[in-house]
Amino acid sequence: MGKASFVIRRILQLGVTFWAVGTVLFFMFRLMPGDPTSFIISPQMTPEAREQVIASYGLDEPLYVQYVKFLQNALTLDFGQSFQAKAPVQEVIMTYLPNTLVLMLTAFAIAYFFGITLGVLSGWYRGSRFERSTVITALVARSVPSFWVGLMVLWVFGAGFGVIPMSGMSGLGSDTQSFWQMVFSVDFLRHLAAPALVLAYYFMGYPLLIMRSSMLEVLSEDFVDVCRAKGLKERTIMFRHAARNALLPIVTAAAIALGYAVGGSVLIETVFAWPGIGREMVRAVLRRDFPVAQGTFMVLAATIIILNFVADLVYGYLDPRVTYD
Amino acid sequence: MAQEERTTQSIFTDVEDRTSSEEINKWERTTRLWRETLREHWGLLTDELSVKLSMLVVALFVLVAIFAPWIATNPPLQRQYQTEDGILIAKWVEPSILGGNSEYILGTTAQGFDIFSQLVYGTRAALLVGLIAAVFTAGIGTMVGLVAGYYGGTVDDALMRIVDFLYGMPLLPTVIILVALLGPSLWNIILAVIILQWRATARVIRSQALSLRERPFVKAAQVAGASDWHIISRHLAPNVLPLSFLYGSFAIAWAILTEAGVSFIGLGDPNTVSWGTMLQASRAYSALQFGAWWWFVPPGVCIGLLVISGFLIGRGYEEITNPKLQ
Repeated sequence: MGKASFVIRRILQLGVTFWAVGTVLFFMFRLMPGDPTSFIISPQMTPEAREQVIASYGLDEPLYVQYVKFLQNALTLDFGQSFQAKAPVQEVIMTYLPNTLVLMLTAFAIAYFFGITLGVLSGWYRGSRFERSTVITALVARSVPSFWVGLMVLWVFGAGFGVIPMSGMSGLGSDTQSFWQMVFSVDFLRHLAAPALVLAYYFMGYPLLIMRSSMLEVLSEDFVDVCRAKGLKERTIMFRHAARNALLPIVTAAAIALGYAVGGSVLIETVFAWPGIGREMVRAVLRRDFPVAQGTFMVLAATIIILNFVADLVYGYLDPRVTYD
Repeated sequence: MAQEERTTQSIFTDVEDRTSSEEINKWERTTRLWRETLREHWGLLTDELSVKLSMLVVALFVLVAIFAPWIATNPPLQRQYQTEDGILIAKWVEPSILGGNSEYILGTTAQGFDIFSQLVYGTRAALLVGLIAAVFTAGIGTMVGLVAGYYGGTVDDALMRIVDFLYGMPLLPTVIILVALLGPSLWNIILAVIILQWRATARVIRSQALSLRERPFVKAAQVAGASDWHIISRHLAPNVLPLSFLYGSFAIAWAILTEAGVSFIGLGDPNTVSWGTMLQASRAYSALQFGAWWWFVPPGVCIGLLVISGFLIGRGYEEITNPKLQ
């Protein structure tokens, strides 16, 4: 099978996956015990007003009509009105998603820079004490819950030394004109530092371990010996030649990991009270604001699905040895 | 004559040993085989110091969980004291290890619960979640993987599309929504973790089964007229068992981490104590701001210790199943 047909098949698969996730999500929320209307209708309402509200959310129609409507709306990225905020879900997502992306991408950049560098070094110095300690550090980073590390950082640096703010994304006094102006303010960076570093520490283990094993594989190849024979410096061989060849598995792993990172943003955003999409989803679930919960969940799932798709395509593009069958 | 007999005996002693062992019944042979394999694996595993230490840690936690009622000094969810108005308790008792004037080793929470006892009982919740989730994840994943890999074709396609779909679901958000819908209890958390986690095991076992079914011994069994079920359970399953054990041990760690996270968010079981619910309570009562570290440090350390032991044992086992890593 050629490359074109692989891409087409993969796109079709993408559509089916989206439909499946949406369908499961819809029925999960509709078939749950309890009446979703009971959370938006106060007991003091008159029966007429109550019916009006139910009709305005489309909750009086049969299930399959609701389902078809849900799919139609989802195609246009319309997830309805928030029960609580009285605003379209789209608007809610648009306010919270950029905050999550800024946090995640910062953490990701830091994690992959240090993770890859340490991975190259630990692959190169195999069997040394340095290698053993980096591998153990990576394992610890993945084992200790990141939200607890966040708590410790808040306790030591926030409550103890008072150098980082305890919560949120910007101080009380700061005025936010536009998103980008806020992002580049000192106040914002002060808020960003702690959650980004804690996340970076958590993410770092994965590229480190992959890079290490990839390096071990590359170092056994012949061209490394040729480089040595040419009399190149150790560091040139390490970073210029070996590391560049070992980088391939990292690229796809990074795309997939980024998807899961955005999906897993829930905990760290909760600890640091970062107004991101994961925290918003948790709050929507806890106060039973179903349209927001559905919409934010779809965004988190979509990030994973799309990045998995991208990883598949990029891999074939970067590695010409890949065959499609 | 007698001399001759003795020489033939000595030449064929090994053969005669074999024939004599045939009198051992089938079960004895199986158990002997298992014992030898396990001893070999055990020897390889305990070769490394880190694995030995990890096993010690896990064994310690298991002992604490079993003997929790005797180790804990108080019931974990029993208020130790009441204020005058009887409802709200604002201040905790300082731990006795820091010279606090009390009988509570790690002090009490702001709700008046004994922290040390909560920590001890939390071990039970963690191990329960970890073990049950791991058994079912590895079990379901192995079954699905074997069936998909052995039958191939439509069966394989259908099962793998389900796995692909599950891979599109973000782990923690999905567990959060499932638990919110089903109701916050330890069992629902376990169920939600199982529903999502078998995907990894299924994928790995399937690819293993795909290559196994082309091997001569499977073909021979097919020609001999063995049923599909017989081939899957007697010929394929034993060959992928080390791999499912490996994924099971990783599943323990993930399940414990997930439970802690879900509980921390506030969807934990209100009727049982887990390390996650302890952390959630300490946050709700701003223990951070008051610097009451004896409340929120120990649960995190326990989670970390248990999970890292699980990962290290898993890694040690991975080196046995995949000698390339050594």
